[in-house]
Amino acid sequence: MRRARSRPVRLAIGLLAAVALLLGCGVLSLLTGSEPVAFGDVLRVLVADDRSEPAIIVHDLRMPRTVVGICVGIALGLAGALMQSLTRNPIADPGVLGINAGAAFGVLVAIVGLGIGSFTGYVWFAFLGATLSTTLVYAIGGRGDDSGAPVRLALAGTAIGAALVSATEAMVFLDPKAFDEYRFWIVGDIAKPELGVVWQLLPFLLAGTVLALSLGPRLNAIALGEELGTALGVGLLRTRVLVGVSVLVLAGLATAAAGPIGFVGLAAPHLARAVTGPDQRWVLPYAGVFGAVLVLLADVVGRVVLPSGELRVAILTAIVGAPLFVALVRRRRAAA
Amino acid sequence: MSTRTVRAAGLSARYATRPATASGLLALLLLALTGYALTVGELPISLGEALGMLAGEPGPSGVDYVFWTVRLPRVLTALLVGAALGVSGAILQSLSRNPLGSPDVLGFAGGAATGALVQILVLGGGALAVALSALAGAFVTAALVYLLAYRRGVPGHRLVLVGIGIGALLMSLNRYLLVSAEVDDAFRAAVWLTGSLLDRTWDHVTIGTIAVAVLVPVAVLLLRRLSLLELGDELSTGLGVPVGQTRLQLFAVSVGLAGAATAAAGPVAFVALAAPHLARRLLRSAGPSLVGSGLVGAVLLLGSDVAAQQLFPTGELPVGVATGVLGGVYLATLLGRHWSRRPAASG
Repeated sequence: MRRARSRPVRLAIGLLAAVALLLGCGVLSLLTGSEPVAFGDVLRVLVADDRSEPAIIVHDLRMPRTVVGICVGIALGLAGALMQSLTRNPIADPGVLGINAGAAFGVLVAIVGLGIGSFTGYVWFAFLGATLSTTLVYAIGGRGDDSGAPVRLALAGTAIGAALVSATEAMVFLDPKAFDEYRFWIVGDIAKPELGVVWQLLPFLLAGTVLALSLGPRLNAIALGEELGTALGVGLLRTRVLVGVSVLVLAGLATAAAGPIGFVGLAAPHLARAVTGPDQRWVLPYAGVFGAVLVLLADVVGRVVLPSGELRVAILTAIVGAPLFVALVRRRRAAA
Repeated sequence: MSTRTVRAAGLSARYATRPATASGLLALLLLALTGYALTVGELPISLGEALGMLAGEPGPSGVDYVFWTVRLPRVLTALLVGAALGVSGAILQSLSRNPLGSPDVLGFAGGAATGALVQILVLGGGALAVALSALAGAFVTAALVYLLAYRRGVPGHRLVLVGIGIGALLMSLNRYLLVSAEVDDAFRAAVWLTGSLLDRTWDHVTIGTIAVAVLVPVAVLLLRRLSLLELGDELSTGLGVPVGQTRLQLFAVSVGLAGAATAAAGPVAFVALAAPHLARRLLRSAGPSLVGSGLVGAVLLLGSDVAAQQLFPTGELPVGVATGVLGGVYLATLLGRHWSRRPAASG
């Protein structure tokens, strides 16, 4: 009988396969759209941008969308895995730190308070809002080295999030014109990304990704329990702050760039754990790749089903992802 | 925790002093708040007049009408909806053994919203039709979640995760409906989605009354088993609790309460999640506290409604907005204070 390959080797091969799947989805995303472009043409203009009609479609419309989809998906998947590990709650996602609520609050302040009406104008307000709420959550729930800390953080985040969402809604209801802008922002989208913004955000997203991936061993240690983790030389407070910073950078910027895209941050870590088991060093990269696959697939499905663009990606991430997620939950014995 | 025992007519009941005192104080606060809510508004009514009209005396002309058709239904709906949400949330948090469990998280608030949105945006029915579609939406979703989570029993964590998945799906559907609608319809739907106590009628009160009068006593009867379930499936089976059956009963009760609350006032945010935590901290009770959560829920919702009316007298601000702000800020401060005082206490 052939000896089974060692676990790290198997997981590394699996990760490569997942990346290949992501690249496949990327190609699919370049190929599909309301305007049919032949496969050969896509390949040709990818190599040489000759400013023909197919070249403009691929380079100016589909390429940015695909790049943003990948970035946002990776960021949300990673942030979700970090949150679930930190709060030890399988239903936590970046929203639990109040990221979405804070970003929405920032956007509304920009619309109502300062009269800013363009997407590029919102981006940094959204990120400021997310920073505000995350800081508040940590100030209230992030103290102390005891066993109640994970629950405390999750609860404080939910409370602050609810307060900010409601404050946002109050502004919306008192100003119907703002409502009309807000209802489109709140359904996150990657259809018309501003490439300039994306290039601005990219270095930060990269830094956040590197930071997140480096946190695996620390998270493994505190998963054993606060006392054991401390005994192993991992500072709890420091870990918590580092996780908070990377979640803020990743999910905050992703939300600022594309609006709130739900469910990816929740589902991607579950999919990842189904493959890898509880080792965070592997859960994190898998969650990032799966997150990106989910976003790209949802976007492609949206373009195929309703080319007019009404089925935005944030609507479809759940419609594509939820059946998969429910099947996964049914199959597995333990959740967290 | 200190306990006392009362004996009367051959029956005896043991109760813990602190939760009992705190519940009594909460009930008094609720009573005072109700009295206040009945008197304030665009047309001030004195407490004497209000009590007189409640006792059956005819009030001054005009006042009579406002009191019976506007003020009283609104206040009663707030009380019933708040209590129903509080109890429902307490059951769900205990069942799922997750501090974030609530009807919003478990998907059937999303289902109720889908039912209502279809009625508002597609079928165009009136207020009662919207309420009934919401109720139907909640029950269909809950049944779906339960069936999908069922596989040789339904452990709490699977219920929550399946609920989240289905909830996310429905939320997407809701957003799609909202984005593709005309802006006026979408605005009306968004107000409904935030939860509102504006224009409540006796129909809404009836829905709430039936749910609370039938389901809360059932929940209280099941309370002991609910506390035992928190010990884990093996232990509670050993103690003689039929685990699967009890869980289904409790789940049905909490869906009924949340569904009726949503039908009566829309999906009011955060009450179901915050009330049990607030109750646990105020009452310092060890297990789930249903009556306490119900009282806190009612205080939270009625208080938020009064505050929203006072701050924005035009009545444009739906109560769901105020519950989120008040409940969120209050829970956050309570958490902060509690933990900075006793850093070793668990959440």
